[in-house]
Amino acid sequence: MAAAPMVEAKALVKRFGNVEAVRGIDVQVRTGEAFGFLGPNGAGKSSTMRMIASTSPRSDGDLRVLGMDPDVDGPRIRARLGSVPQQDTLDTELTVRQNLQIYGRYFGMSRAAVRRKATELMEFAQLSDRADDPVDTLSGGMKRRLTIARSLVNDPDLLLLDEPTTGLDPQARHMLWDRLFRLKAGGVTLLITSHYMDEVEQLCDRLVVMDDARIVAEGSPSELIARYSTREVLELRFPPGEQGGVAERVAELGERVEELPDRVLVYTGDGERALEQVHGRDVRPVSSLVRRSTLEDVFLRLTGRTLVD
Amino acid sequence: MRMSSTTSAATGAAASSAPARRGLLLRMLPAPLYTGRARALLERSAMVYSRAWLVFVSGVVEPLLYLLAFQVGFGKLVEEVTGPGGQTMNYVAFVAPALLAASAMNGAVFDSTFNVFFKFRYNKTYDAMLATPLGPLDIALGEIGWAVLRGGLYAVAFLGVMAGFGLATSPWALLLVPVALLVSFAFAAIGMVCATFLKSPSQFDFVQLAVMPMFLLSTTFYPLSVYPEPLQYAVQCLPLYHGVELTRGLAVGVLDVSMLGHVAYLLVLAAAGAYFTAKRLAGLLLR
Repeated sequence: MAAAPMVEAKALVKRFGNVEAVRGIDVQVRTGEAFGFLGPNGAGKSSTMRMIASTSPRSDGDLRVLGMDPDVDGPRIRARLGSVPQQDTLDTELTVRQNLQIYGRYFGMSRAAVRRKATELMEFAQLSDRADDPVDTLSGGMKRRLTIARSLVNDPDLLLLDEPTTGLDPQARHMLWDRLFRLKAGGVTLLITSHYMDEVEQLCDRLVVMDDARIVAEGSPSELIARYSTREVLELRFPPGEQGGVAERVAELGERVEELPDRVLVYTGDGERALEQVHGRDVRPVSSLVRRSTLEDVFLRLTGRTLVD
Repeated sequence: MRMSSTTSAATGAAASSAPARRGLLLRMLPAPLYTGRARALLERSAMVYSRAWLVFVSGVVEPLLYLLAFQVGFGKLVEEVTGPGGQTMNYVAFVAPALLAASAMNGAVFDSTFNVFFKFRYNKTYDAMLATPLGPLDIALGEIGWAVLRGGLYAVAFLGVMAGFGLATSPWALLLVPVALLVSFAFAAIGMVCATFLKSPSQFDFVQLAVMPMFLLSTTFYPLSVYPEPLQYAVQCLPLYHGVELTRGLAVGVLDVSMLGHVAYLLVLAAAGAYFTAKRLAGLLLR
């Protein structure tokens, strides 16, 4: 049983009419890991997530979640999943506490069990002092925390988080990440989609990069960075209109040079040395920055585009 | 319909995934559609209304106001009318059971269109439910069930007042309550299917457009015989007509076999409504 993967997809396809939202992907998620789907909006992450959540039938290919087929055992699979959808679906007619209690009842838990669980989860989500407030009065970050708390009501084996921190301020994001780390430490398998590379880098043991309904790379964050990028990146910014031709002039200073609308990126093992050489060529950026490579650079390398516009 | 791939792939074995209690429906229907937890939705509705129980008062009062208007006003002008079995009867006693059926219809339609529409379109309440083991038929039955409970409550209150006014003259009148439940179920089920087709709140006018004529024309205020023959057939197609026939007959204790037909009509409507609601929810939310 321990060897059975949490999720196993082979040549998984999702079609909406003539549109192929997912074009034959292979994925394996192991028990206890945090697994990420990284990609821009429209890459097929959410469609994949919904198929795994057993709320969207697959169009083709094979899918096993917790060793079961969602087409046959949907309710049994969902009984062991937690799901944090992209858009909050909290029950606006109920209070914070009631949201947690009734959700537990949907899972068939006893009244006593949901009462106990609601109290525990409000503690976890730091919402105890808002227990009897209607959810409409909560801030965006609080609603997100409540959604995550709600997804834990059935003690899920697998937690699906679709863009968990989109639209949150940095403080709220870090608080959410902290909660997710704790869950992972507690043995919950996490499946996270995001178009924030820092989120995936922080949270995930392994990830797939999705673009245009396909998987374009797979590995741990550090593996992917080592495989597709250099150790360091030199960013050069120029005043508007003065960037033209720069990329060619610094081309051989790095292993690779990317030109974005607002800056030029030089991929190199030693950013400081490259910057000296840039100055030596009489190229004068208004600002420069040497940093480590991130998954954003991996994505740029693989697709020629940035993740977040 | 798009959901066919989910349901048709489901086997009987899948039903074993359902929770402990396994009723007839559970054995008949594939697990992805129904897991036997519709009661959880009733509990939810009870939670919501525990803070807004005053709305029940309006549901009880409205039909009573109608009744009062007829008792003190209209009834003075029209004193007698030919009722069930050809007997001559007091006009208010003729209208009262029909009003009971009509109020069961109104309450159910309101509950299942307005309330359902906002949960379905805007609040994503059903999306959240479908992420749990609940299936679309659990949702349909749970929501319809709430409308039925409300309808039953109003019917009991209304029947009490009818008895007080001396308008229920037969012990059979007690059966007005289960009939009101059946009428509520049928209209809630049909109303919920319709709610899944509504795109914006302005389209509620269409619902009114269907309900208002039904209320006025289903022999609520006068016997079927006032219509010319072709129109009589049309009126007999209206669902509320069948509810009115049942309540009016039972109120004075005039029973006949045609009542079984009326019951069957409403039962079919109820079952079809619940089934197609579940299909619509699955087609729209589980795609």
